[in-house]
Amino acid sequence: MLEVRDLRVSYGQSEVIHGIDFSTAADETLAIMGRNGMGKTTLFKSLIGILPASSGSIVLDGRELNELPSHERVAAGLAYVPQGRMIFPSLTVMENIESGLETVKTKKVPDEIFELFPVLRDMRGRKGGNLSGGQQQQLAIARALVSEPKVLLLDEPTEGIQPSIIKDIAHTLNEIRRLKKISIVVSEQVLSFTMSIADRLVVIEKGKFIHEEEGKSANQEKIASYLSV
Amino acid sequence: MGGFSAQDLTAIFVMQGFAGLSFFSVLLLMALGLAIIYGQMRVINMAHGEFMVIGAYASYLLSGALRHLPAGTDIAVLLAIPVAFLAAFVAGYLIEWLLIRHLYHRPLDTLLATWGLALIMQQGFRSAFGAREVSVPVPDWLRGSYRPTMIIDIPLNGLAIMLLTVLVTAAVWWFLYRSRWGLRVRCTTANREMSGAVGINTKRVDRMTFAIGCGIAGIAGAAFTTISSTGPTSGSLYIVDTFLVVVFGGAGSLIGTIASAFSIAQAQSVMEFFMGGSMAKVLTLLTVIVILLLRPEGLVASKVRR
Repeated sequence: MLEVRDLRVSYGQSEVIHGIDFSTAADETLAIMGRNGMGKTTLFKSLIGILPASSGSIVLDGRELNELPSHERVAAGLAYVPQGRMIFPSLTVMENIESGLETVKTKKVPDEIFELFPVLRDMRGRKGGNLSGGQQQQLAIARALVSEPKVLLLDEPTEGIQPSIIKDIAHTLNEIRRLKKISIVVSEQVLSFTMSIADRLVVIEKGKFIHEEEGKSANQEKIASYLSV
Repeated sequence: MGGFSAQDLTAIFVMQGFAGLSFFSVLLLMALGLAIIYGQMRVINMAHGEFMVIGAYASYLLSGALRHLPAGTDIAVLLAIPVAFLAAFVAGYLIEWLLIRHLYHRPLDTLLATWGLALIMQQGFRSAFGAREVSVPVPDWLRGSYRPTMIIDIPLNGLAIMLLTVLVTAAVWWFLYRSRWGLRVRCTTANREMSGAVGINTKRVDRMTFAIGCGIAGIAGAAFTTISSTGPTSGSLYIVDTFLVVVFGGAGSLIGTIASAFSIAQAQSVMEFFMGGSMAKVLTLLTVIVILLLRPEGLVASKVRR
């Protein structure tokens, strides 16, 4: 489904992503684990087109996305939930979700969104900026989902969110994958959360993938050792 | 206030207040366009006044073309509004494409570039229409005035401009808060990168917003022709006041822009009668500066945590 080949990203002269390769299948969740500053967010930003890649290719269902602007990548089937949520604070919850309808025919938010995130139904008239962190995270996922993506990119979805909500988010992500048969690429530092959603785990360090394991059989101690400072 | 009876003062306040309302109308129409352009793209469009003049000249040309028809002036005045909008819209669309889009992320350069553009446009008007001011014939039903008492005299063209302003403001509100385009504009204003990442074509939104902002200035120009004559530099007289309105109102807030246009126009107009134009301007500016020191984000700031 999504195939990334030899992706390189630089800030000015300094290269921070040094040729990353990976691919994901439909109905699969890939987790990219790594400490702060190892290139997770940079990688995600270059996948969605906020940062230009200096070389490499990003192919989704046979279509090359590298060089395309963000909005065309969304139209092609990528959706992005950034680190820190980045919902539109002055828009209402409903308007935030509707903003994701840009690339699909329907201009009405489907009911299943509110079945996945019942709290958003109750809050739909509120300003997005006045929601709690966990609610904003759900809103950001809802906004990404209404564009009917084939691949959902989530950058550190658990950052700054209380443990009980983290469990809810894990449950919702599994639910989404089961319902939609999409592939999910998630970056994480929280191992327990990752273990409950991922089919495959890779570890990123200094802009390279250095380790890969199957989700169910993953050697948690080994991955934890990569994540500890 | 020496020398004026209570009755005189009431009449002065009503009439100056009303003159202020006409000024308010033109100012608000100008400021609406400038505020949405500045709010979304952080482009300070120094040539905004010239787009108003494009609207004014478009109405002038239109009335010239329809002059010989029966009831030509009546039709021209009504038709001038969409025609002026369209002329300024098209000009804005082209200029965004030619010039402005290359200068996003460089606010100081846009300031300079649009100022240069303003000069070029002024000279263009001078070459095309001559330095002399032109005016549009006003139909009879817009002349005259409404006299509620012996000493109060309210011109009808002022009333018509008020009505037009209310309609345009309502249309802008609907466009921004109820239409799909408005949603795109508000998303892009809030977070450009993220808007792209949810699938919004932000470049197209920029071009459309710029063109619509200019189109509204064009409507201001059409309104302007019914109260004053138009020269090549008419627009530059309004640009400073318009900026004052946008900054004072808090960019990106419709209510703030309306409130600030109203208070600035009224203050100017009433004070002008008692102390002359420049003193009135000094006092208005001082008040605005003091209020901005106390509330740097402008009159109306959105109540939301960021």
